[in-house]
Amino acid sequence: MSKIKKSEMDKEQTIIMSGNYASAWGAKCSRVKAISAYPITPQTTVVEKLADFVDGGELDARYVKVESEHSVMASLVGSSMTGARSFTATSGQGLLYMTEMLHWVSSSRLPIVTTIASRGIAPPWNIWAEYTDILSIRDCGWIIQFASTHQEIFDSVLMSYKIAENQGVMLPYFIVYGGFTQSHTSKPVRIPPQKEIDAFLPPPPEKGWSHLNLDPENPVTFGNLLMPQQEYLDFRFLIHDSMVKSKKIIQKTIKEFKKSFKRDYSGLAENYKCNDADVVLISYGALAEQSKIAVDELRKEGKKVGLFKLRYIRPFPNEELVKLFNSDVKVIGIADQGTAFGNPTGGPISTEVMSLLRQSNRKIKVLPYVWGLGGRDVTVDEQIRVFHQLIQLKNKNEYPTDDTFQHGTVWMGLKTGA
Amino acid sequence: MVTVSELIKTESNKPELFQAGSSACAGCASILALRWALKALGPKTVVIAPASCANVYIGIWPKASSAVPYINMAFAAGASAASGVVAGYEALGKKDINVLTWAGDGGTVDIGIQALSGAIERSTNFIYACYDNEGYMNTGTQRSSSTPKHTKTTTTPFGKGMHKKDIAQIVAAHDIPYVATCVATDPQEIYNIFSEAKQIQGSKFIHILSPCAPGWRFAASKTTELGDLAVKTGFFLLWKQVNGELIVHKRTQKYLDKKKRLPIEAYLSEQGRFGDLNQEQIQDLQNWVDRRCEKLARQL
Repeated sequence: MSKIKKSEMDKEQTIIMSGNYASAWGAKCSRVKAISAYPITPQTTVVEKLADFVDGGELDARYVKVESEHSVMASLVGSSMTGARSFTATSGQGLLYMTEMLHWVSSSRLPIVTTIASRGIAPPWNIWAEYTDILSIRDCGWIIQFASTHQEIFDSVLMSYKIAENQGVMLPYFIVYGGFTQSHTSKPVRIPPQKEIDAFLPPPPEKGWSHLNLDPENPVTFGNLLMPQQEYLDFRFLIHDSMVKSKKIIQKTIKEFKKSFKRDYSGLAENYKCNDADVVLISYGALAEQSKIAVDELRKEGKKVGLFKLRYIRPFPNEELVKLFNSDVKVIGIADQGTAFGNPTGGPISTEVMSLLRQSNRKIKVLPYVWGLGGRDVTVDEQIRVFHQLIQLKNKNEYPTDDTFQHGTVWMGLKTGA
Repeated sequence: MVTVSELIKTESNKPELFQAGSSACAGCASILALRWALKALGPKTVVIAPASCANVYIGIWPKASSAVPYINMAFAAGASAASGVVAGYEALGKKDINVLTWAGDGGTVDIGIQALSGAIERSTNFIYACYDNEGYMNTGTQRSSSTPKHTKTTTTPFGKGMHKKDIAQIVAAHDIPYVATCVATDPQEIYNIFSEAKQIQGSKFIHILSPCAPGWRFAASKTTELGDLAVKTGFFLLWKQVNGELIVHKRTQKYLDKKKRLPIEAYLSEQGRFGDLNQEQIQDLQNWVDRRCEKLARQL
C-alpha cells in the first residue's frame, strides 16, 4: 500500500514544479499501477520523479525500466491487458521508436496514457520544442491533446484516464507539451486533495477491461489472423467511430472536472475573442497560449482579432471549426509547430483545417504558417506581426511578398540560402 | 522426472489445453511441444506469442485452439510484453499465474533478442520458450541467424555462409537461473523441463529444436526421427544450466564421445534443405559439431 500522507489526502497543496514533474504528479495522483519507461531528453525528469515516487513508497506501482521505447510500449500493452492502469512518458525519437506498438495499443483498445515532452526530429540532433514527433504519428488511433500550461499538464492526466477508460471510448491517450519551454520551466501547480481525486477518478474495474482481460479463469485468444472478408475492416471502423464519439465523453469529463476542481478547460478547442473577430489565428500548444497576449495587444488598438486554440487534434474539433467558419471571420491564419513534408501546405494541421473549409459556404481566405521549429523562438512581437500580415490580407488581399512565403505557406524566420 | 507411464496416468484425465482447431502444417513439431508445455504448466498460464508460425497455427479467427489466454504479439515484443504482464499481475496482487512467451527463432535470436536480454537482466519472473525451426518458416523459409551453415533457404539459395547463433549459450551468459535445451519431438522431456522451470523464481529460458517438414524439406511422417537424429549426431546438444550449474543430458553425454556419435551426414541426408552439399561442406558441418561437442565435454 502506498504511503500517501494524511495531509495530501485531505488538503490541497500548491507546489512550484516543472512541466515534467506535473506529468509525474499527474500519474501519481491517478494512482497508476504500472509504469514502464526509457530515458530520453527532455522527458527524463518525468521518469526520474516517478522512480522517486515508486522507490520512496509514495506510489504503489510496478515500474519496469526497460531497454528501449519499443519495449516500453510493449510492456504497457502487457500490463494494461491485466487491467492495471498503465503510464509512460517519452519524447521525439523515443516516440517514433515505439510507433509499431502505438498501433498495437489502439488496436487492442487499451486505455494507456502517455505524456510527450515534444522535441525536434533528428538529424541534425534537436531536443527543443517542436511537435513533429507527435504530429507524424497522429493517425495511429490515440487521442491527442495539447497541454499549454503546467497546471493543464497535471489536470489533463487525471482527466485522460477518466476519458480513456470510459467504456464508450477505450482508446489510448497522449498529453503533449513542449520540450524545455514547458518540460523544464517551473510554475506553481495546484494539487487537489487525493481524496477528491480518488472520487473523481476511481480505480479501473477489478475484473479488468470488459473486452480484454488476461485472466486464466476466463481464457481469451486475442489478435488472431483473420481473412479479408472477415471483420478486420469493421474493427478498424469501430476505432474511428469511438474516436469521433469520444468528443462527448471529453466534453462531459471537462465539465465534471470543473465541477470537482473549479478549473475550466473549455472543450476540444478554446475560442479566445473569436466571436466578433474578422481575423483569427488557429494554433496549438504553448505558443497558442502566448498568442492570447498578442490578441490582447491588438484588441487595445481596436483590431478585431481572435485566437482559436486547438486543445485536441484527435479527435479533430470539426464542429467547433465549422462554427468558427460560419462566424464573421474573413481571414484565418493557421500556425503549425511541426512539418508534413510535401503535403498541400507543409504543415499537417493547416492542411487538416483547410479540408474542413468546404463545410462552410462562406468565403474565407487562409494563410498557413510553419513556426518555432526545433525550438526557434516565436516572440509576442512576432505573433503580432503575424496578425498584421493577416490583416493586410483581409484589407488589401495581399499575401506576404518576402522570402519567408514559400509554396503558399509562411515559414516564419526562414533563412533563405541556408 | 516423470516417466512415460506416470505421465499417461496423470495427464490422460486432465482437460486438453491445446485443443483441436489448430491450422499447423502436417508434421509440425512446434505444436507438439506447445501442447506438452501447457500440460506441464497447467491452466493458470498465459501465453504471449510474438509473430511466428504460432500466430497462425493457433487458429484463424474466430477459431482458437488454446484453452489458456493466448495473446498474439508484435515480432520484437515477446519478452517485453511478457514483462508488462508480469508487472501487471504483481501490481494487482494476482499470484501463481505462469507467464510464457512462446516465440520462434526469428522472434528470439534476431528481432527479439534485445527485449529478451532486457527481460532477463531485470529478472522478470517468466518462462521464455524459443521453438527453433531454424528460419523464417511462416514467411516462406527465409534464413535467420539460427539457420545452420550451408542451409538452402529462399534468401540463401546457394546455401548460408555462416553458422547458427548459439542462443542458449548467449542466454546462459546472462547468469539466468534456468536455461535448458530440448527437442520438440520428445514430449516427456518437454514436460519435465517445463515442470522444472515452473518451480523456479526469475527468468527461465528453454531452447527447443523444432523440426519443420516444409521448411527443412522432409516427409511429414519423419518429424520425430529428425528430432532424434539431431541429438544422435550431436548437431543439437541437450543440456541445462540451473543456478549456474551445468548439467549435460545423459543422451548428449553419450554422444559427446565421437565414436558413439552418428556422422552428421545421417542427419543432413534426410533433409532437402541440405541437398547437393559437397564433401567439403559436409566436413565443415562435421567439424562444427565436433568442436561444439569437444567444448561441452571439456566443461564436464
